[in-house]
Amino acid sequence: MDLGSQEKIKRLADEHGPEQLLVILGAPDAESAEIAAETLVLGDPTYAGALAEVQLGLSVYHVLEDQLREQIPEDVYEEQVGVMADVLEREEIAAAVKAMREQAPGSG
Amino acid sequence: MFEGKQVVALGERDGIAGPAIQKCVESAGGNVALSATECFV
Repeated sequence: MDLGSQEKIKRLADEHGPEQLLVILGAPDAESAEIAAETLVLGDPTYAGALAEVQLGLSVYHVLEDQLREQIPEDVYEEQVGVMADVLEREEIAAAVKAMREQAPGSG
Repeated sequence: MFEGKQVVALGERDGIAGPAIQKCVESAGGNVALSATECFV
């Protein structure tokens, strides 16, 4: 994840509290979604950014996950995400992000 | 799901971009605190 994004997210977590943040990813494949989710839940695995060794345990979802899609008006979703929902490997991506979410401290 | 939350829309250039995620969230009544589009290499 970009170092700049890590800094901004850390600042938001400090400001509002990690439990108030909800991160939605738009990664194109399971691998990049997993790395982004890992960074947000367990800390930066590359130890390069502000989230290195910082376990924020953030709520993180991918925009293609059903749980999220259900919240969004269908016409808007179709217009903004549309064809990408058909092109990308939705199930793999969703599984990767869900698995990482379940590793959040206290997720039980 | 979005109620009372500060949402971070972390899009990617080759996937779904930040502003697209932002529009989805806002249309559902969510508050987007940060929107970004990354380039994963």
